[in-house]
Amino acid sequence: MNFLAVIGRVIISFLRTSGRIGIFASNAITCMLTPPYYPRELLRHMINIGYYSLPVVGLTTLFTGAALAVNIYEGSSRFNAESTLPTIVVIGMVRELGPTLCGLIVAGRVSASMAAELGTMRVTEQIDALHTLSTDPFKYLIAPRIIATVIMMPLMLVVVADTIGVLGGYLLATTKLGFNSANYMKSTIDFLETIDVIASLTKATVFGFFISLMGCYHGFNARGGAQGVGISTTNAVVSACIMILVSNYVVTEMFFSS
Amino acid sequence: MSNITPKIELKRLQKKFNRKIVLDSINLKIMPGESMVIIGGSGSGKSVTLKCILGLMYPDSGSIKIDGTEMVNISIKDHKKILSKFGMLFQGAALFDSLTVWENVAFGLLAQRTYDRKEAKAIAIEKLRRVGLSPDVGALNPSELSGGMQKRVGLARAIATNPDIIFFDEPTTGLDPIMSDVINELIVECVKDVGATAVTITHDMSSVRKIADNVAMIYQGNIIWTGPRDQIDNSNNNYIEQFVNGKASGPIKMELLKG
Repeated sequence: MNFLAVIGRVIISFLRTSGRIGIFASNAITCMLTPPYYPRELLRHMINIGYYSLPVVGLTTLFTGAALAVNIYEGSSRFNAESTLPTIVVIGMVRELGPTLCGLIVAGRVSASMAAELGTMRVTEQIDALHTLSTDPFKYLIAPRIIATVIMMPLMLVVVADTIGVLGGYLLATTKLGFNSANYMKSTIDFLETIDVIASLTKATVFGFFISLMGCYHGFNARGGAQGVGISTTNAVVSACIMILVSNYVVTEMFFSS
Repeated sequence: MSNITPKIELKRLQKKFNRKIVLDSINLKIMPGESMVIIGGSGSGKSVTLKCILGLMYPDSGSIKIDGTEMVNISIKDHKKILSKFGMLFQGAALFDSLTVWENVAFGLLAQRTYDRKEAKAIAIEKLRRVGLSPDVGALNPSELSGGMQKRVGLARAIATNPDIIFFDEPTTGLDPIMSDVINELIVECVKDVGATAVTITHDMSSVRKIADNVAMIYQGNIIWTGPRDQIDNSNNNYIEQFVNGKASGPIKMELLKG
């Protein structure tokens, strides 16, 4: 009986949290679409999320692209299919690894930062202060963060992640594995389809929404001082990573399921 | 009795957290221009009363009227309109870390969208000067200020929009006695300048004696005594007497021991 009660409590807790996140998301979307807007805040978050995430995203995908090329070369050489390397690298990076890796890195960096900043604002009464200054905290704090992440993920970060990831594979293949530069480039361009790029950018947009939503939700609802802020930061990163991996599968199915 | 509408009127205000009754039945009238100080022990419901008036918490039942207008269950739009009458100095100042000092002070002015940034900055610098801070402080970040300076900036922010009503939440907590006195004097001067109604919650009896026109004491979720500042020392109320004199023995302690 106790075991069943525990399962019941877990399910109720899950449904309650899902409902709260749903309400939070709908409030956030409403605030994103209605004035007043805060362009100065939006710009600040776009720079922080987009520009300052570029080095870590670029480095990660550069080495992942190179490692992917080594693995594919090793695997494909077992049945003399080394020439497929450029195709698999570009499709793997653009469809899957670019957006997913970028999403996970940005979740660690941005979602944590949002949860910590908003959580600290909550426990130091800064959010209450906003309210007393006739400012809707959803419009001032939440909406600019979500819009900035949803814009910067596809338009800057994932484009850079895909490009640098493919570049990593290209550099390794042409300098260590003896591939001809022109042939490699031609194979990459020939086999990359528009739908691959659209899927990549769609994933980036969806991931951007979940990264910022989880960071904002957990930070905004932080309770109980420094420990509460720490818990909210951990929950933000973990839940953002889970949402990225689940939504990655859903979007992949939508685009590429036969 | 005069027919003046109270600035703030609380009737049978009740608030529970789960089974714990924090506000049992708060009844209080604060008249325009009055400086009311609410005293009471920790956890007696002072901050919850303030948060209910501001709409940061919803009361379970009862009525809150500002200038005769009911605040409970009104629309968000109307509530926002009434909120523009308020200024508040928070216990920890609650300055926004991501903004400079002058942007903090000018925040309410910019939020109302009646001033551009240049005009708002000029007003902010003037308000900073009013609380004894030089204009160059305006360019600093809140983290670069001492506790006393942060309280002054919080006060400048609270009076920047010339509000009708100003709340002070434990304005002298964490400050040394001299800085506490400076803040108390500034509060009195600024409230007079703006012509506002002031509501202060505090444990600090020196603040009470300096700031208050009238005093109300909350105990176990009820207002158990109200009266002019001059009467707190001869109120003939055991609870007030114990609290004012800071005695360990008395009815409040006895109640705590029972619990």
